[in-house]
Amino acid sequence: MPVYTVRRVLVAVPTLLLISLILFLLLDLAPGDPTAQLPLTIPPEVKENIRRALGLGEAIHVRYLLWLKQFFVNEPLHLLSQLTGLDLGGDRLRVISWQTRSPVVDLVIERMPQTLWVVGLSYVVGIAIGLPVGIVSARHQYGWFDQLGTFVSMVGFSVPTFFSGVLLIVVFSVELGWFPSIYDTTHRVTGWDSLLFQLRQMAMPVTVLALYNAAQISRFMRASALDNLTLDYVRTARAKGLSERKVIFVHVLRNAVGPVVTVVALGVPGIFGGAIITEQIFKVNGLGQLLITSIQASDLPTVQTLTFVFAILIVAFNLLADLLLGILDPRIRYD
Amino acid sequence: MRKFTTRLTGLAALAVGVLLVSAPVISNGAAAERGRDGHVSIIYWQAPSILNPYLSGGTKDLEAASMILEPLARFDASGNLTPWLAVSVPTVANGGVSADLRTVTWKLREGLLWSDGSPVTAADVVFTAEYCRDPAGGCAQLAKFDDVTKVEALDDLTVKITFGVPKPYPYGPFVAATSPILQKAQFAACKGARAPECTEANFGPVGTGPFRVTEFRPNDVISLEANPNYRDPAKPAFATVTFKGGGDAAAAGRAVLATGEFDYAWNLQLAPEVLKGMQAAGKGTTVSSFGTLVERLVVNMTDPSPERGEARSTRAHPHPFLSDRAVRKALSMAIDRRLLVEIGYGQAGRPTCNVVPAPGIYASKANDDCLRQDIEGAKRLLDQAGWRPGADGVRQKDGVRLSILYQTSTNAVRQDFQALIKQWWSEIGVETELRNIDASVFFGGDPGSPDTYQKFFADIEMYANNFEGADPEPYLASWRCGNEPRPATQWQGENMPRYCSEAYDRLIAEMAMTGDISERARLAKAMNDLLVQDYALIPLVHRGRVSAHARSLGGVRLNTWDSEIWNIADWHRAR
Repeated sequence: MPVYTVRRVLVAVPTLLLISLILFLLLDLAPGDPTAQLPLTIPPEVKENIRRALGLGEAIHVRYLLWLKQFFVNEPLHLLSQLTGLDLGGDRLRVISWQTRSPVVDLVIERMPQTLWVVGLSYVVGIAIGLPVGIVSARHQYGWFDQLGTFVSMVGFSVPTFFSGVLLIVVFSVELGWFPSIYDTTHRVTGWDSLLFQLRQMAMPVTVLALYNAAQISRFMRASALDNLTLDYVRTARAKGLSERKVIFVHVLRNAVGPVVTVVALGVPGIFGGAIITEQIFKVNGLGQLLITSIQASDLPTVQTLTFVFAILIVAFNLLADLLLGILDPRIRYD
Repeated sequence: MRKFTTRLTGLAALAVGVLLVSAPVISNGAAAERGRDGHVSIIYWQAPSILNPYLSGGTKDLEAASMILEPLARFDASGNLTPWLAVSVPTVANGGVSADLRTVTWKLREGLLWSDGSPVTAADVVFTAEYCRDPAGGCAQLAKFDDVTKVEALDDLTVKITFGVPKPYPYGPFVAATSPILQKAQFAACKGARAPECTEANFGPVGTGPFRVTEFRPNDVISLEANPNYRDPAKPAFATVTFKGGGDAAAAGRAVLATGEFDYAWNLQLAPEVLKGMQAAGKGTTVSSFGTLVERLVVNMTDPSPERGEARSTRAHPHPFLSDRAVRKALSMAIDRRLLVEIGYGQAGRPTCNVVPAPGIYASKANDDCLRQDIEGAKRLLDQAGWRPGADGVRQKDGVRLSILYQTSTNAVRQDFQALIKQWWSEIGVETELRNIDASVFFGGDPGSPDTYQKFFADIEMYANNFEGADPEPYLASWRCGNEPRPATQWQGENMPRYCSEAYDRLIAEMAMTGDISERARLAKAMNDLLVQDYALIPLVHRGRVSAHARSLGGVRLNTWDSEIWNIADWHRAR
């Protein structure tokens, strides 16, 4: 297993480099211009000057290598300096956003809390709902609970968040006035009252996203459990006179949860990707909103860095999912 | 004992007297105290990215910064130039502008302080010019300093700007929200190539305005508090401000008009009936105001067909049929501008026939005929010009068909307009193909892309444009012959229709030498009339700005000439 892990990590390095090159080229060659959003009253010579100041005058390979250096050398050095308090060349130029003229990594760190609170929590809630619903649905296949679960998952899957989100706002903010329609990112939890407010402002976005996540996970769990319930070892366990509880939770669950773990682990990078539409609707202004505004403003350094961070997370969680599977299922041996 | 009582009574009387005298003073003091009205919250559906107007030309950034940074003079809600940090606006009459129109002298108000308590001096103004004019800085407001040769401090409070050419309208530098004064002490190390490294300064500039930043989260939210050193001790009425960004116009409108979560929402580009529905909740009200923004059709006077190769859409080849004025005029006559306004803009638009629709003194009345749609007249005009309907109903002459490629940026209202106009044009026998291009490409100016509005590889294009402040001279001068985008200029230039008229160029030259305001107004009108009567530009809608504020928010005066929230120091809680 350790050998396998090391090998996988080593393979990931060229993979990521290749991904970074493809991302850079794709974004750079795509049409778009950072000065396009400026008012037309700003003359073209001035716009040209702005582009030059942003470094767009350089050749593409120079910019790619510069970005690589900034991302892989300057940023880690800066982080190290910050952590250790030593000066390790932390004043080198970091990856700078064109839109805000500030380091992209700082923007990402600033956006992290609200994204983790809202999108992360919705994922946890989704799992907490999805797993039991999936198991119970499989145990009583075509029973009333299964039918209801199927219906709710269909709704969760097929109703887009830009519809369900606005619907919730209209009902619970505009009509009933229970929850705020605009998320306050400056809010700090200091006591019970502020915690209550935090819960209130998270209620709607978390509900919208959790419905979708729960729908997805419960379907996977149900399918996986159904596959196992018809197998011989379950019949044997039942024939031995084991209690149904023991059959389901010890035997079936252990075997059925494997594929679901993979799905759940692969979904985690998605949390960091934020939820572009939901964040936009509730003004959560997390990583998803950062990505979409950067795309709209053709802020290439931010888009490149963000997408590349996602790529790293996806590669990392792929590896993690494989390793987890090995731990959960002793029959799987990689070495 | 008696003496004592008298004394006591006297004392009591005195005390009452003191109370009576001081009571109104106290209550006055309370009413006029800075920060008395607590908190105000503002929502802009585009989130500010930076608070340094010189590093961003975006409206959202300029307006957010206008709460903190201030210029020497700015435009008020009716477009008049008003002194702000300066004592007065320099003119030839008051001696502030030299007789040869080459220098202008500004005098700062006395006793101005930055929010950190240090005095504002002429050195700060001089520094601001240096900061923006540094060629490596990529200053977005560089055009404000066009023709400036020198900016110098005569004394602590006096600044003299020298221009290389006579400037009849010298109010570019340090005027309006686009060109405020930066603090030298804060930005001294941030000039040129170092500009982007000064994140802290760019996110929290020290200013003279009514508020100062306490926390800036780029593209999300700004928290501000009242500036303790603001020049008027009774202002601002609000102690703190939350300036939230993001979402969309509908959500922003809802937060003010329907749920009352926010006090002010910016630029609500929403369908008229949507706004009406939101207002029914009674929590807020909309305000609108008109600047100089005009949605227009631009006619390509040159041949955009691909066969022309390198010379495509350049003056080398005139357009096969749009070079005929009758065709251009017929296209304009077929349009019902009132219907366009009703469908697209409602309260935020009015039909117009001018490219310079405001301020009042510059607005021509000579073109108002176009406000009435005249399909029959357009058909007659085309008949007379020899364009006869062919077998497919499309008019033609000498083998040239009236078939138009009509492009614009992707935007729901613009696509509605395209569909309507296509319909009207088909009624007069003109075939139209529609095309829409993503705004970041269309306005992107990338010389490698064939889809930019500068390249104009189409027959007609539609977009909106305006001029900054209240002087149309640079705007009108953009249609100068030779200012058209072409390969030799890497497709840069502002004369999109490739309009070329000697008479027009003469008027431009004349205006550049004219200082008298009424004479300038006459020239501006003449130029406007030439442009629209030649149908190089076909104005459609004079677009205004609609914003909304809570009923409890007082003092809002919507300003489309400067920052929309220019007078936030006067905002207060209405009781």
